[in-house]
Amino acid sequence: MLNDDLRGIWAIMLKDLRAYYLKPPNISWGVLFPFSFVLAFIIRDGADGDLASLAPGLLALTLLFSTSSMEAIVITFERRIGALERLLLAPLRLPALLVGKLLGGMVFGLMTTLVVLLVALVVLGVRGINWPLLIASSVLSAAAFGTLGVLVSVLVKEVFEAQTLANAFRFPMMFLGGVFVPVDALPSALQIVARAMPLTWSVDALRLAMAGGATSLALLDLAVLAGFTTVFFGLAVRVMARSSP
Amino acid sequence: MTEAPPAIEVTGLTKRYGPAQSGLLAVDHIDFVVQRGEVFGFLGPNGAGKTSTIRMLTGLSRPTSGQARVLGLDLQRDLPRIKKQIGVTPETSNLYDELTAFDNLRFSMQLYGVPRGERAGRAEALLARFRLADKRDTPFARLSRGMKRALTIAAALAHHPEIVFLDEPTTGLDVVSARGLRQTIAGLRDEGVTVFLTTHYLEEAERLCDRIALLVHGKIVALDTVDALKARVQSTTVVEMTLTCGRNGAEIRRLAGDDVAAMARTALDEAAREGRQVLALDTVRPTLEDVFVQLTGLSADTMRVEKGGKVK
Repeated sequence: MLNDDLRGIWAIMLKDLRAYYLKPPNISWGVLFPFSFVLAFIIRDGADGDLASLAPGLLALTLLFSTSSMEAIVITFERRIGALERLLLAPLRLPALLVGKLLGGMVFGLMTTLVVLLVALVVLGVRGINWPLLIASSVLSAAAFGTLGVLVSVLVKEVFEAQTLANAFRFPMMFLGGVFVPVDALPSALQIVARAMPLTWSVDALRLAMAGGATSLALLDLAVLAGFTTVFFGLAVRVMARSSP
Repeated sequence: MTEAPPAIEVTGLTKRYGPAQSGLLAVDHIDFVVQRGEVFGFLGPNGAGKTSTIRMLTGLSRPTSGQARVLGLDLQRDLPRIKKQIGVTPETSNLYDELTAFDNLRFSMQLYGVPRGERAGRAEALLARFRLADKRDTPFARLSRGMKRALTIAAALAHHPEIVFLDEPTTGLDVVSARGLRQTIAGLRDEGVTVFLTTHYLEEAERLCDRIALLVHGKIVALDTVDALKARVQSTTVVEMTLTCGRNGAEIRRLAGDDVAAMARTALDEAAREGRQVLALDTVRPTLEDVFVQLTGLSADTMRVEKGGKVK
């Protein structure tokens, strides 16, 4: 049974990458979107601004959008055209099916983030990174955002609904998650809201990693991201299992 | 030596959508057995419960009550093992638009654990068998409707299943494509594959199936071989009259009864009343359509209504 699940996870991940993620429009959108943010900051602050401090937020935003965007659409789309049924008929368990779907989005998100990271190193002059922490933070962030995408996709029926619902989560996170304004600078009520968002913990962990901070300081961030992943994934499995008529 | 269990055994299988008492009863306590290697037809008008039954037997939906065993395995307990040994072609051709014909087959094999070394050869063989070899590298989205249907059936066979569920395999296809698919289905029987076929095409069921279950409003009203079903109405004679229709058309009318002379008179009187010319008047052997009409009390037109209300 485990062998069937692992084989299915691998097959679904590769199929999704080929069929959906690694298409030129997706790759260019995944990279262009975060760069437009950087450009906006460069225009605002000029080349003399502290661009390096933007890097963690930029990475976190890239992870959020590149991982969750397609993730939220792919399952809804496949359900709409009936192709998801093929996977439900295959000899693998529902959690394995969703892990396969999740990994496709995560791999795409991490690949896009790698491009942005290279730019951060070369153009923004980021130095002294705690690499193990950066990798752990990126993977756990991608997992949290990816499972959020999976949860969104099983909650809706139509593709446009998936985008709308995903944005209802993503845009508040973008403004409250510590990317543009530090969470500590927010009013106390909004700080509570911000702490309930995975992006906040992702930005915090990535900021520590890119500043070369000790891994131990980010353990809470990593644990919270793992917690979000578990909760989102568990809910997605539950919702999908119940939706079987 | 113990005998292998039947391909499918169903007892009291029921599916109700919605609330327990007031919900829609799609499948109503049905019982049947499908033997290994036979082509079993599940025949009924749209909404009779055919697809609901297939969805339960393939694990896509949970029965409200009743038992089902597939290849001797319990549907509730052994679903993952059952899934490995069945292939399913749903009503809509649902492969991946973005993948080529070859890649779609290869992905199906990967999912079902066909060894890596066998995948390419088997995919090529299936493409050749379904006359799609020249479409090997064409994305699924760009295939014709008939080709999509053929490839979807090929994908269901990719892992050598023991049972294939075909849900309305030829619905919406042109005559040539439908004929090709029927030949393929007949070929499966020769290979010893059990075929569970749902259709609302009476001629298709008559031509392909070893046994047929007639399903109406979620209940099986008759289950037997085609010949045995026909024998039930053998005492009935069918008079078939071909009439002119419009300038160049023709219409066939059938009357069933015991008194051939009286039926012929009725038919000729009808034609005279309508001012139409009789092109042919004949007595014919009862067809499955006559069986259906007699056993279900429904009009044969009921079976000609496609999904969405369009008449075939």
